[in-house]
Order: sequence, then C-alpha cells, then structure tokens
Amino acid sequence: MRYSHRIIPRVVALAGVLATAGTLVACSSDSASDQPDSSTRPDTGQPDDTGPADPCDGATGSITVYSGRSEKLVADLYTRFTAETGVAVEARYGDSGELAGQILTEGSATPADVFFSQDAGALGAVSLGGLFATLPDSILDRVSPEFRSADADWVGASGRVRVIVYNPELVPSPPSSIDELLEPSWKGRIGFAPTNASWQSFVTALRVTRGEDAARDWLEAFAANDPVPYEKNAAVRDAVNAGEVPLGLVNHYYLFEKIAAEGADAVVAVNQYLPGDVGGLVNVAGAGVLTDSDNAEAASCLVSYLVSDDGQEYFVDTTFEYPLVAGIAQAEGQPALADLDPPAIDLADLSSIAETQELLADVGLLTL
Amino acid sequence: MGSNPGFDRRVAPPAALVVPAVLAALASLAPLAYLVDIAFDRGMPELWDELWQERTFRLVVRSGLLAASVTLASVVVSVPLAWAVMRSDLRGRRIWRIVLALPLAIPSYLAAFAWISWAPSLAGFWGAFLVLTAVSYPYVYLPLTAAFGRLDQSLDEIATIHGKGSMTRLVVLAARQCRGAVAGGSLLVALYVLSDFGAVATMRYDAFTWVIYGAYRAGFNPTRAAVLALVLVLIALGLVVAEAIARGRTVSTVTTRAVETPRPIRLRNRSLWFQSAALSVSMISLGFPVWRILVWVDTFGSEDGLGDVASALWGSVRYSLIAAILTVLVALPIGLLVARYPSRTSLLLDRATYVTHALPGIVVAISMVFIGVRVLRPVYLEAPLLMLAYVALFLPLAVGGVRASAEQIPIALDDVARSLGKGPMAVVRRVDLPLIAPGIAASTALVTLAAMKELPVTMLLRPTGTETLATRLWTYTTVSDYAGAGPYALAIVVFVAIPTAIATGRR
Repeated sequence: MRYSHRIIPRVVALAGVLATAGTLVACSSDSASDQPDSSTRPDTGQPDDTGPADPCDGATGSITVYSGRSEKLVADLYTRFTAETGVAVEARYGDSGELAGQILTEGSATPADVFFSQDAGALGAVSLGGLFATLPDSILDRVSPEFRSADADWVGASGRVRVIVYNPELVPSPPSSIDELLEPSWKGRIGFAPTNASWQSFVTALRVTRGEDAARDWLEAFAANDPVPYEKNAAVRDAVNAGEVPLGLVNHYYLFEKIAAEGADAVVAVNQYLPGDVGGLVNVAGAGVLTDSDNAEAASCLVSYLVSDDGQEYFVDTTFEYPLVAGIAQAEGQPALADLDPPAIDLADLSSIAETQELLADVGLLTL
Repeated sequence: MGSNPGFDRRVAPPAALVVPAVLAALASLAPLAYLVDIAFDRGMPELWDELWQERTFRLVVRSGLLAASVTLASVVVSVPLAWAVMRSDLRGRRIWRIVLALPLAIPSYLAAFAWISWAPSLAGFWGAFLVLTAVSYPYVYLPLTAAFGRLDQSLDEIATIHGKGSMTRLVVLAARQCRGAVAGGSLLVALYVLSDFGAVATMRYDAFTWVIYGAYRAGFNPTRAAVLALVLVLIALGLVVAEAIARGRTVSTVTTRAVETPRPIRLRNRSLWFQSAALSVSMISLGFPVWRILVWVDTFGSEDGLGDVASALWGSVRYSLIAAILTVLVALPIGLLVARYPSRTSLLLDRATYVTHALPGIVVAISMVFIGVRVLRPVYLEAPLLMLAYVALFLPLAVGGVRASAEQIPIALDDVARSLGKGPMAVVRRVDLPLIAPGIAASTALVTLAAMKELPVTMLLRPTGTETLATRLWTYTTVSDYAGAGPYALAIVVFVAIPTAIATGRR
C-alpha cells in the first residue's frame, strides 16, 4: 500500500483545519454592508485573476458535483443553472462530511468537479488537503471576506446562524447567552447534537474566543448539567417542539423548515437569537472547484451561479438561510444578519477541530 | 447418519472449488487492507495512543453488552417459534412461518425511528435492545426453520417412545440437533449488532459505530475510525472462533428420506401459548413499525409521484438482485468446500468471510473508495464496484446458507456417487448442487433483502445519478421530512418482504 502514503498524510492533516476558514464568521454589525475587499486575500498573482471576466464564458459540457446539500434543497437550483448556462450537472448527494472524506480518499483521482458542502468545516478539510483550485476574483468578491476561504479556494453561498430553539410553553423567558445554560435550573433540559458539525464549530469558536481553559470550564459545566444528546439538529428541534426537552442548541433555519413542511400551526417552538454571544456564531455552506476538475470553466460557472443574485434568492426562499451577497434580503421572520452581532473571530485564528473533538471527548461530550 | 470416516475424509478437495474459494475469501478481506494501512500510517505509538484509552474500553463493554443481550434474546425468541412452525401442529403455521421472518424487511433505522417518535423515553440501551432484537432475530430463526424442516423426525419418535416427549424437552432436543444453525445465526446477529449504526444512533446508545461514524463525518479523523474498526475486527474474530466452538462437530442427522412429510407434534393445550408468543413477536417487530409508516403516509401524503418511487424501486431491485446472484456464486465454492471437505483450511476460508461483516457500513464504503480509485479506476462509481462491495459485505449471509444446507446432506451420498466412478466436481454438480438448491434460493433472497436495506455503501459507491429506495429514504429523513419518506419506507418494507417470504416460504 505504498501509494497510500501520498494521500494519507493529507487526510490526517485535515484534522488541522476544519473549522479554519469561514466556519465561524465575524459579522459585526457594519461588516455586512462593507464592500468586499479583495486586498484582504493573499495575492495569488495569477494572470486570470485580472478583470471581472464572466466565469461562465465558454462553459459547456457537464460537471459532477459532490453535493453535501440534499437533493430536496438544491436539485431545483441545479436545474435552473443548467437551463441558464447549458452546463449539465451530475449530482452525487450525500453527507458533507462523508463526501469530504470520499474526496480526500480519492485524492487527485476524484471525479468531482465541484464540492458543494453544507458546512465550512468540510470545505476547510478539502482545502487543507490541497484539492481545491484558486477561485477567480469575480466570484470571491461577491461575498464579504468573512464568508470565504482565506486561501481564496472556496466561497460561502449561504449563512447558518446558531440559535437556541425553545418551547415557549415550557420556557417563558429563554436564556440570552450560552452561559445562562449552565444554571442548575437547566439540568437535563437542554437538547444538543454532539456529532453535528455545527455544534462542534461552535465549540471551536468557544475555544478561540475564550481560550482553552475557559472553554473546558464551560464544557465541563455544560456536561454536568446533563444535556440530552440527539443524533442531529432536526431531532433536537422536533424534541423541543414536542416538549420532550424545553430548549436546544441548533441552527436557525430548522424552525423555518418545519414551519414550511407542517404549517405554522404545527410548530410551537421559537428561535432565540444570541446577538453578542459566542453561542450565536454564523457558519456557512459553500463550494469550491477541485484542482483535478477536467471541466474547470463549467465548474467555476456553477460556483459563480451560487453567489449570483438568482442563486442567493434561491437560498432565501428555499432553505431559509441567510444570503451572503450585499443587497439581497433575508427570509421573512428573521432578523437582519447585520443585527446578529456574532462573535468577532478572525477565521485564521480558528484552530483544528481535532483539538475540539479531543476536548469534547475529554469532558465526555463527544458522544453520550 | 454420518459417514464412514475411513473412506471420504482423505479425498482431496478439487482445485475447481479451492481456487475460487481462496479468491473469494481474499476479496472479502480487501477492506481490511485499507484499515491496516490507515491505522498504522502514523506508526505504532500513535495507534496505541488512540487505542489505549478508557473510552475505547468502555465502548467495547457497551457494544459487547448490547451484542450479547440481543443475540441471547434472538435465540430465546427463535428456538420455540421456529420449532412450533416447523415441527408442531400450530394452527396457521404456514403463514406464521413467513410472517415471523418478515421483520428482516424492516431496516433498523426505520424501526428505531418508528419507536422513538412514538415513545421518546425508550432512548438508550433498552430501546436499542428492543429494536435490534426485533429486526435481527430472523437471522437465527431462518436457518433454524431450515434445519428443523430437514431434521429426521425419527428422533422425535424415539424421544416420545422413551417417555421423553415433554414439549420443552422436544424443543431443546431439536435445537441441540440444530446447534450449527443456532450458532451460525447467532454469529450473524452479533455481527449485525456490532456493525449497526441506525438503531444505536437513533436510540442514542453510545456504541462503537456511533464513534466511528463521528470520526468520519464530523472529525475527518480516519485514523481513529480505522483503529476502532480494527478493534471491531478483533471482536469479530473472537466471535467467529466462539461460534466454531459452539457449533461443535456437526453431525448430519438429516433424513435421506427427503420426500417424507414429518408428522407434526400435537401442541394440545400449549397451542395458546405458542399462538400468543408468535403474535406478540410479530406485533412488536413487524406490526408496530408498519403501522407507524402507514400513519406517516396517511397523515402527510407526499409530493413524490409513483414514478419517483418506481424508479428508486427499479434501482434497488436491479442492484440488489445482481448483487445477490453474484454473492451466492462467490459463496458456493466456500460453502461447499467447508461442508463437503471440512478441514482447518476450508474452515479458515469460511471464517474469513465474516470479518468484513462486522465492519460498519461507512468503513467498508470508505475502504472501497480507497481501493476503487487506486486499483479499479475504470469501474469507480460504476455498478461493478458497488456489486463488489455488496459481495464483500454480504458474503457470510450466503456462505452460511450454502454451508448449512450442504452440511445437511450426508457425506455418504458423495461417497456413494464417487464409488460409482464420478469425479469430485461431477459429484458436486450432480449430487450436491441439486440438493442444496433450496438453500441457494434462500441465500439469494437473504442477500437481496440485505442489499436493498443497505445505506452507507450504496450512498458512497452508487453510480452518479442513480437512486435506490434506501438513498431516497435517506434524502427525506435527513431533512426530517417524514411525509416524503413515507412512501419509500413503505416500498422498502413491502419489497424487501418479498425475498424474505421466498427465503422462508418454500419448505
């Protein structure tokens, strides 16, 4: 298995990155209105970076997309893209983490042209594995710097905000910060998804903003409060809505999904946003073009479509996530991204998810 | 009974069996190559570090406890029921025979969700125990019905004549005659429990597979996943050895008067007991989840038309049928070899096929990605690689079936055929294969239904753009759209029930 030694270190090295770029995003109240500044990115010095050439010029043929975003959410988007550009999309749907693992295991032999991930951690993993190509400025500049890779090799397409989802019948006045969750009155009453990537990204943010010791203290106190583990966020939300647990830590759009699926009458749960709190960080879903794509033009064209006005509006209407391009309004019933005041984290300061997982395992929270 | 040891045991197995058997066993171990490579990549100290943790030990205990109790419960449920439907005059036994096997059609993740969405307090050990027993006891029940069906009834008569005819004694006596089937089935149940993700995740029971999935999905930590998977392999090896010991020296007690219909033992006043046992078991394991699925379908309706369901069904049926036929073909040489030419080597080949079966689906899937892009690039993400993965994953199901039915044919039959001047392969072709045809059919059905339910390997290896019932179901349940999932769940259960009924019915 000598051939493996080229790829394995890459895979292993990922442990270093995960949350790195864009998982946690500083989005101070004025940043959303900032015009993206390309000077904050490293100068790649590539000639094709000059000028706002349309990435879709000359895009033809077909591309394979490894889609960590589910078919139900994005199949229509791919159809629209094909109708508009003539580029055919072959989508492989799956779990973002599993697909990242698949790409990293495939290495340069990957059949994927684009990886569209549900979370920034998986994008960071592929980026660290050296399998993403640099994107043109015309794509990167659509999105403010907090929402894209510092290495200019992937771009955020939609924003996902951490919230406390609560059942107002059981919780008349919900906590406004994660620290209130440590009070004894919440013992055994908090739902969370320990293996969920968004939860783990939040823990990484906690480590970065407060330091290792303070993060460990918080997690130990949290663990001592007997939080109830669920397999995934949707299960947490359903448990909260059903009154099985009074509140849970999830992403903001799960509530809107349920309302869309079952009608507002079926949903009693409410989102508590956490402005100014590390618990209210903004993660992104996003995409990058694989280095070994055999149709890089068409691949870039798809990524540019994700951050086009049409693409952004699609996410607002379909997934209830936040648009990341200035001038596109968020879905009804959601506070403005600018008002959310998430933790000011420099993405480059985010260390590896491996350390997060080790910490979680140490305090007994990785699984329960 | 038995054969003349002085005559047949020294006959060397034909190369036409040995060569394909060795190749098949090696192919089924292919995923191990990847695991070993990844686990040792960072060197022994790292591996040891990853392994030697209190957490790892705790996981061994928790997974082991679950596997042991589910296996035990499966035997306790299966022995009396299989006996009643095969050897007694239980009313409606022909229907029961099939109904009791049908829970095999319920994927563990579906059963678990049906229960926990109805009774959230089931979460934890007991929920996982309930669901896993309900969906996996047929792995003991099925081979046992096959074995009971071919058991020489003169044993019953002798026992009755000698005044040992109490019901319990008859059941125990029969089960002891068929300990090979019990042991083989138990092994499958234990391996199933060790490798299951759906039930333990939904029931939130902290077991090996959950951590392994976590390491891949959220942690991108293939080393830890590989190390833990290797621990599972070691546990599987231990189970395989334990099974060989429990199985003992299989003695062929099957009548050669194959056409004779056994005279059923009269249950008399015990009939009610057996009826209620059969009813409760099928209500818990089959009736309840089916009822829940019907509620989802009925309450919510679905956006997907019949066309979507039909095309997913076509994907499932096509892949799983081809996979089943291939798997049985690959299993035949091993099954025949170990049954007809028992030796340490043939036994080793047989056992080797079980190892991959203990690995969680995600591990086999990633291993096949690794092997696919390097060694089998032309068929990567094409149907042949998916078929190969299914074969590696489900080989023991088929080997077990072939072996069990081949072992029931007295070796003396082969001896007679050989004494009439037939070569060893001619004996296999003309004598053994026709006699094990029902076993072959049952094995094909068993692999078909296992492949139809399978998710992780199908997700990662299916040809791009192809959908199966299981992948469709996944699509909807990940966005917790149970309305959308309903029709696919129903289709899986209904269409997996067909091969299950075939595997059970024709006896």
